[in-house]
Amino acid sequence: MDFYRSHVLTCAGTGCTSMDSRLVRQGLHDELAKRGLDKEIKVLETGCFGFCNMGPIMVVYPEGTFYCQVQQQDITQIIEEHFIKGRPVERLLYKGQEAQATTEMENIEFFKHQERVVLSNCGKINPENIEEYIAEDGYFALAKCLDMTQEEVIDTVKKSGLRGRGGGGFPTGTKWDFAYKSQSDQKYVVCNADEGDPGAFMDRSVLEGDPHSVLEAMAIAGYAIGANKGYIYIRAEYPIAVERLGIAISQARELGLLGKDIFSKGFDFDIELRLGAGAFVCGEETGLLQSIEGKRGEPRPRPPFPAVAGLWTQPTLINNVETYANIPRIILRGADWFAGMGTEKSKGTKVFALAGKVNNIGLIEIPMGTTLRTIVYDIGGGIPKGKNFKAVQSGGPSGGCIPAEHLDVPIDYDSLMSIGSMMGSGGLIVMDEDNCMVDIAKFYMEFIQDESCGKCPPCRIGTKRMLEILTKITEGRGEPEDLDNLQILASNIKNTALCALGQTAPNPVLSTMKYFRDEYEAHIYEKKCPSKVCQALLSYVIDPEKCKGCGLCARNCPSDAISGKVKEPYSIDQSKCVKCGECMARCKFGAIDKK
Amino acid sequence: MKSIEELKAIKAKNRGDMSVRDAKGAPVINVHMGTCGIANGAREVLIAVMDEIKTRNLTNVHVTQSGCPGMCVEEPLITLTIPGEKPYIYRKVSPENAKAIVTRHVVNKQPVKEWLLNLEN
Ligand SMILES: Cc1cc2nc3c(=O)[nH]c(=O)nc-3n(C[C@H](O)[C@H](O)[C@H](O)COP(=O)(O)O)c2cc1C
Repeated sequence: MDFYRSHVLTCAGTGCTSMDSRLVRQGLHDELAKRGLDKEIKVLETGCFGFCNMGPIMVVYPEGTFYCQVQQQDITQIIEEHFIKGRPVERLLYKGQEAQATTEMENIEFFKHQERVVLSNCGKINPENIEEYIAEDGYFALAKCLDMTQEEVIDTVKKSGLRGRGGGGFPTGTKWDFAYKSQSDQKYVVCNADEGDPGAFMDRSVLEGDPHSVLEAMAIAGYAIGANKGYIYIRAEYPIAVERLGIAISQARELGLLGKDIFSKGFDFDIELRLGAGAFVCGEETGLLQSIEGKRGEPRPRPPFPAVAGLWTQPTLINNVETYANIPRIILRGADWFAGMGTEKSKGTKVFALAGKVNNIGLIEIPMGTTLRTIVYDIGGGIPKGKNFKAVQSGGPSGGCIPAEHLDVPIDYDSLMSIGSMMGSGGLIVMDEDNCMVDIAKFYMEFIQDESCGKCPPCRIGTKRMLEILTKITEGRGEPEDLDNLQILASNIKNTALCALGQTAPNPVLSTMKYFRDEYEAHIYEKKCPSKVCQALLSYVIDPEKCKGCGLCARNCPSDAISGKVKEPYSIDQSKCVKCGECMARCKFGAIDKK
Repeated sequence: MKSIEELKAIKAKNRGDMSVRDAKGAPVINVHMGTCGIANGAREVLIAVMDEIKTRNLTNVHVTQSGCPGMCVEEPLITLTIPGEKPYIYRKVSPENAKAIVTRHVVNKQPVKEWLLNLEN
């Protein structure tokens, strides 16, 4: 046996990798080797810890010391202090609101309110080594299922109360039952890893940090419904996840955990990857199946549902990455354990990608029923720079903006629906007083316009009209009837679009019109943008009291709109100003303001 | 993969290797590695401890280091902490003694009285 006195886990998720965690890992490795310490101390890669804005993250065992923002130049000190003298490097420890630095992960406020079930292996095991997954009870759930009947497996999933994490929240056990009952000698299991919501990286992190949990779950699903072939549809923009999945699949095949006659029970199952080109509509299940078949990724009407006629018209079970990642845990720990977490109708936990105007940007997992307030303030650490909270956007382009009055609503599928948003796949974007809600609505509508496949007119043309109206409003050309027109268009599109992309596309507009109507009205009637975002409604003015007459603004103005005499206050000609904001950014005396 | 026994064997082997990451509940052998300790041979002691753990295939024993506890004349020092017990401090530890401490105290649970610094234990 090799005995290492210390394991160093370095985050190899996308966030930390983009902050050069690979170089830190390599540097540490080389330096340890140079000093002959590489036989004592093992450096490993692991999945996302979630604390992305503190990355690159490094955890040193057996002490469990949690280091943040580790750079290449810190390596020597870590080796000399921590590994040779055995004292933590204070300056790399996490310092929260409390002045006291914390060495251990569990003491950090960000982690205290979380419940890591789906993410339990992320930050703990090396995702490129199947044996570490097995050491954490990996593939034991599959072994257990092969000793159960298909009905028993489906029953366990039903009893757990698990609902689809891809956005719709459809009961997973029921879906499995449909696929099981569909008669055919060829069925398929598909994993939806398209993850197209802007700002979302939950599924990506699960696949990067714990790919085997998804493979194992797909094999279980295959056994339960009677399929022996699986496909993972993943976007090519996720190179690390694609690479790890590839490694995981080949390691599972090598050990015979995929392939023929698994555990000598006569069950065959294999999985292949299919790479998508990153179109949002290919996340919609029928569009996705078309794309796997090599056709254009366009949704088709349902019914028939994929469980009846899916890939190549055969019964096909399609679930989301996070949905699958829950399955092995449910099988091993029992349906009751899972149903013990969460709210009445939404069981278990949910992973969210927390982003926007919040201090701790990252990946979090919380029990269903946690309030937005806990997420934004306790886990997220509040709004930066002492600004005021305005809203949380959940559910991506299909969801809505939730205002402060609903911060205490316990999050689950139904409560979010009732306040005009939705769970979606788990993106949460926090907005503060500087975000203009009309502009936000416009952003999502632009996204929909880019991503609509164009097959049905309500989505292709209707959302275009909505975008035109929103653009008009943000440019100061809004008219009173615009709000009614938006409302009418929204309800027509919702009722007539072919797939859920179009049916939910008006949600960001509807929810902002409902909760932030005053902002729309200010744009339309007063021609003002209260958050000072919409350029056309702003004017830049120079405060003569503060202006020192240095002329820097005038020299940098691209449209020659600023004039004046040196050492006397300058002024801006509003008719020439293109509102680029360059003057304000340049002024050293804070003399230029937006009004 | 033909049987669950095969899976269990892989698990058992790797749990051992990964026990370093199970933070709580393991005995901790702490080798004091201040400048004084290192000058007196603390590194050789550390290596001896690790060798012994390797040869005996021990799992769930943690090896850590720390600075000088202020008793430089007694170096090299080892502090052995067993959960639920007071720490045992061993003085003037040689590599051979270190191996013996692993065998006698960590494995066989018999403190080696004559090498202890804190005799009250
Ligand atoms: C426009 C659109 C995009 C979608 N994108 C995704 C996606 O990226 N990932 C996903 O799992 N589900 C996505 N879905 C939901 C899928 O259609 C489907 O409901 C889901 O994969 C089912 O899995 P689940 O029951 O495990 O949630 C999307 C739906 C729509 C309408």
